[in-house]
Parts: sequence; structure tokens; C-alpha cells
Amino acid sequence: MKRREFMGSLTALAVSPHISTTDPLVYSFTKGRPVRPGRVKLEMPPLAENGHSVAMTVRVDSPMTPSDHVRAVYLIAEKNPVRDMAVFYLGAHCPRAEVSSRLRLNGSQQVVAIAELSDGSFWSDAAFVEVREAACTDGG
Amino acid sequence: MALARIDLPHEARRGELVEVRIVIQHPMETGFRRAPQGERVPRNAIHSLVCRYSGTEVFRATLSTGIAANPFLRFFLRATQSGDLDFWWLDDDEVQGAAKTHLVVSS
Repeated sequence: MKRREFMGSLTALAVSPHISTTDPLVYSFTKGRPVRPGRVKLEMPPLAENGHSVAMTVRVDSPMTPSDHVRAVYLIAEKNPVRDMAVFYLGAHCPRAEVSSRLRLNGSQQVVAIAELSDGSFWSDAAFVEVREAACTDGG
Repeated sequence: MALARIDLPHEARRGELVEVRIVIQHPMETGFRRAPQGERVPRNAIHSLVCRYSGTEVFRATLSTGIAANPFLRFFLRATQSGDLDFWWLDDDEVQGAAKTHLVVSS
């Protein structure tokens, strides 16, 4: 294979810059399938006074029809002792692929949202949150 | 027994998008916290939550200690017919919780 072809094939893969697909936690649900950036929007404040309760909204660009919908949204924390934060199971009956919650963050870190679509593709987005006072490990 | 508050419009038109919000009173204990005497407080978090609308499942979530205490969730559903919105959840102590509300749908 020529170098140019090889580089071209790399861009075609468009590997997500947010997570590693070989990460055991990510692999547990993607089963090695590629995770691409885009289609997902994870909204979190850039700065949080403390990590006990940080607002989070995840939105997926999907028509939510029986043929094209979001199956699930996975939330992963980079630095929490328990990294798998939540999984939200949606489906064609869900009119809008949008879920909000409040997260607990053990320090400044990146939170990653991965959406699994009905066609089996995975899409991701990440948000970096600077946390002034961590939750979890310091007695909180 | 956990308490919960569900917030949704009391009435919706058929086919309308309905925003559902729920807050459950639960410590979502991480298992890392220590009591004043120094002993570890065992982990106890709601790990599963299901919402059924007129008997059909419309939302399901697997939660962990990464969700803040007194978990809050917000999602959407499509109003089809008047019916009950049933929430059911289970925590690490195998304690079940449930909350119910009614959605009136006008055509």
C-alpha cells in the first residue's frame, strides 16, 4: 500500500478523538466497532464550583424514526473511580433524543457521551469540566 | 422508602412532545465516603430505572454512583393516549422504589 492510500484510509475511519475504542469499558458495548465524532452534543458547564452535582444534557441529532433512531447513550467519566456513569436507553418511540441529568465529578475531567444508533454506528462528543472541589473521594 | 417528584404537563394534545422530569430522593452513596467514626459507608445507588407509559416502556436507564445524589432525569415522550406514567427503580440494597402520575391527553 502506498503511503498516500494508507493516510487516506486513516481519515476515512475518522476515529473519535474523545475515547479509545480499545478501552475495556468502551469495548464492552462497541465490541470494537469504530466510534466517530459528531451527531452527539454533550452540554456541560465549563466550570463547576463543586463536583457533587453538575448539570448535563446530551442531545443526539437523529430523526427518531423506526428506521433511524438512537438506541442508547453511554456516559463515561475520565477520572471518576466508577467510570461508567450512566446508560440511557431510548428507541423509536422516543420523540426526541435528549436526556438531562446531574452528574458527580471527582475533579476536573473530560466527560464523554457515546450514542449507539439503530444502524449500529457509534458517535461521540466530549465536554471538559473544571471542578473546583471534587466529589467522591474527599468525604463529600 | 424513597420519595420522588415527577414534573410533567397535566394535559397534552395527542402527538405532542411531552417533557418529563423526575427527582428521586436517594443518597446515591458512592461507597468511598466515611462516616464520622471512620467506617466506610457502603455503596448504595439506584442502578436501574424504568418508565412505562400506559404499560409500555418509554425510557430506561442504568445509573451508577456517577449520578449526583437525589438523581434527576429529564427526557421526552410522545403523548398518544391518556394513561399512567409509572416509574420503577432498584438500588444496590435491592430496595425498589416506584412513583406514578397520570397524563391526560386530549385529541
